Amino acid sequence: MLRNCFIALAIVLGTAQPLLADTPKVDPQADFKAFREYFTKRFPNVQLNDFVNGPYSMDEGLRKQWKAIEEFPPYEFALERGKELLSKPFKNGKTFADCFPNKGIGIRQNYPYFDTKSGKVITLELAVNQCLEKNGEKQYDYKKDDMAAVTAYMAYTSRGKPMDIKIPDDPRALAAYKKGAEYFYTRRGQLNFSCASCHVQSAGDHIRSEVLAPALGILNAMPIYRSAWGGMGTISRRFTSCNSQVRATPLKPQDELYRDVEYYLSYMANGLPIVGPGARP
Amino acid sequence: MASTIRVRASANGDTTEVQSLIRHPMDSGFVKDKSGKLIPPHHIDVVQFEHGGKTVFTAFWGPAVSKDPYLKFSFKGGKKGDDLKVSWVDNKGETDSLTAKIR
Repeated sequence: MLRNCFIALAIVLGTAQPLLADTPKVDPQADFKAFREYFTKRFPNVQLNDFVNGPYSMDEGLRKQWKAIEEFPPYEFALERGKELLSKPFKNGKTFADCFPNKGIGIRQNYPYFDTKSGKVITLELAVNQCLEKNGEKQYDYKKDDMAAVTAYMAYTSRGKPMDIKIPDDPRALAAYKKGAEYFYTRRGQLNFSCASCHVQSAGDHIRSEVLAPALGILNAMPIYRSAWGGMGTISRRFTSCNSQVRATPLKPQDELYRDVEYYLSYMANGLPIVGPGARP
Repeated sequence: MASTIRVRASANGDTTEVQSLIRHPMDSGFVKDKSGKLIPPHHIDVVQFEHGGKTVFTAFWGPAVSKDPYLKFSFKGGKKGDDLKVSWVDNKGETDSLTAKIR
């Protein structure tokens, strides 16, 4: 009897193997639907467009404080600086306006996009530095200061526009999306947390005094002024510091994998409005 | 160079509510940079708000105040269209000022 069982098991395993190799089919649309349903079912009282406001969509007290902050937002200096940088000519006389569609105004919702020429995901931050490089200028630090200022201004001019990320019919684009999703759900670091442990599984819960932002639309408010940082930070800064906080070794800012994660998360946020730059505790 | 001062003042009945934001590093002198050297102290010492030739608010700040400080207060008097002058001086003698209209 037992022996028969083993044989049966062996047969099952034997036939299952080739099936498994076929199954990891990437279906972004199905993921999108499941992802959205998870959040809307779990937080039935939160309006869909409010998820982009992160912790404020989850906590009434925080929301009141935030409303007061927004009357006199701490990112104003960055906006001013960003506007200045966007129009300031490089040494060769060109400006950022020459690198970006619509002169860099109101385009935040289209980033990151999949570049079919290079076969890679291009984020807004990467595009900013590529523009600087192309024009023989010194590149910005990905995490803060001028990079945050320029992307803050670009986001500001795109406020209210729905996130519009496309996955072209290209196996490389699907592969990038898949790698991003895998990174997002993979546990790492001494604390053995994945991005999803905090921002999907525990969204809205407290981590010490802070309320964890839901992953849905989490990038729509970037870049952010974080009171804990005492300054502005970009998506690169958020990704690397999140990894450090779970005691994992962060990747380099704008590492291909980080860009894939941004691609995945932004696709999940399709249709939700851009609200950046944001202010966070 | 753009002004380091942001101010918004609104008259409401007989009081005027003032909010301001000043861009300043506010280095305490106790923090080290990446190479391990102390960043020398650099902070605002005095902030003043004047209305109609009279000082309505003075703050003595120092190393304990945060970077890019935010300040909110209200004073009696002040009408729509009045001038409100804000000025600060730091420990290096640097200074900036701005005159804003009360709304």
